[in-house]
Amino acid sequence: MNSEPLVRWDWIGAHLGPILDRVGQHLYLAVIAVSIGFAISFGLAALSIRRRRLYPFVTLLATAVYTIPSFAMFAALVVVSGLSIFTAEIPLVVYTFILFVPNIVAGFDAVPQDVLDAADGMGYTSAQRWWQVELPLSVPLVVAGLRLATVSTIGLVTVSAILGDRFGGLGYYILDGYHRHFPTEILVGGLLSIGLAVLADLGFVLLRRLLTPWAAARAAAR
Amino acid sequence: MDIVAVTAQWLADPAHWQGPNGIPLRLGEHVALSVVSLILAAVVAMPLGLWIGHTGRFSWLVVSSANAWRALPSFAVIGLLVPFTTLLDPNLGFILYPTLAAMIVLAGPPILVNSYEGVAGVDRDLVEAARGMGMSERQILFGLEMPVALPVLAAGIRSAAVQVIATATLGATFGFGGLGRYIVLGDANRDNGELFGGVVLVATLALTTLAVFVLIERRLASPGLAARTAG
Repeated sequence: MNSEPLVRWDWIGAHLGPILDRVGQHLYLAVIAVSIGFAISFGLAALSIRRRRLYPFVTLLATAVYTIPSFAMFAALVVVSGLSIFTAEIPLVVYTFILFVPNIVAGFDAVPQDVLDAADGMGYTSAQRWWQVELPLSVPLVVAGLRLATVSTIGLVTVSAILGDRFGGLGYYILDGYHRHFPTEILVGGLLSIGLAVLADLGFVLLRRLLTPWAAARAAAR
Repeated sequence: MDIVAVTAQWLADPAHWQGPNGIPLRLGEHVALSVVSLILAAVVAMPLGLWIGHTGRFSWLVVSSANAWRALPSFAVIGLLVPFTTLLDPNLGFILYPTLAAMIVLAGPPILVNSYEGVAGVDRDLVEAARGMGMSERQILFGLEMPVALPVLAAGIRSAAVQVIATATLGATFGFGGLGRYIVLGDANRDNGELFGGVVLVATLALTTLAVFVLIERRLASPGLAARTAG
């Protein structure tokens, strides 16, 4: 191994197809988890806003779940639900709750009461007020939650490699490279997964700019 | 086969509570290496965060990268360290150093960010009042800003501790010891009792750590400030 260079470019060149497939699988696993996690978290956040007394329990439960090491959760689920897509997705989904719920709740809390009163005064129905006033104004914090959850999920997808070849996305290369004492593979898997997380984060920053044009206008007016 | 029964059976077997692969030793390994990593990370990250928070210098760096550390997945960090640590030592560099180094590296950011945010978030009126009373910058940092920021500092150490325990568990995939070994061995031996025994031990350790820190954080809130928010 010592005589070999750290990065074998010829190996990378010969495996571009499979590497791209793994990138695709990585994104696939992450997108499903973030989407389902977001939907459930939105429900939990809505519940927490209506029933304030429940909010501490929701966050406590989400924190406790997040505290359980991912390796243990993946391994335990293999025995319970076998080697299915659920085994990979359930941990990824439940880990997003603590990143989403507080941000969504804070996002809606941040809408000023004056603005809500003004909307009521202008004759908005509660549904209209929600869609046209509360939701758009909560965007900055909701997107902050999306950034956190996406970046963290993309990282956690690598751990699902312990479930076997059919999972793990780029994590497959980290584990395979380790077992085969082949640094090139580890570097490809590790660096690309970090790269994906950074790209996704930048994507959300762009999305927030598009969804909140007034923020940019205000900054420019200053 | 009933998972609960085999797990209870495995955990109750006295043979699993002794020897080099016994639960006390694995637990000790897990806790000792986690504590060492946490202390090493805190020694570097906390003074740095406090200094940045107090002076405001380089704060843009902390603010802009506050969440970037989450992009560093422990699985990738351990893996990425392997090629380099094996150059140092082909044996320990393959099974011990990568995980240990990842534990230290990943414990740093949450401590740094919270130390910064805790101090930077102290009411500026309080700081100005302290300055007006003739307190030195040192006295302001240690006598005012740190006590007020204590719950936030503790929360940073809590995140780091949780992260470190999880990373140590994951390290078992990369030859690391600790409680994660049982999960790896249980999987390899197709022994569900061992695998779930490991899961129960790891989860208990993580949740106990969380509970201890939450209790400490409650105690640490400055009584004056706690009374003010309560009233």
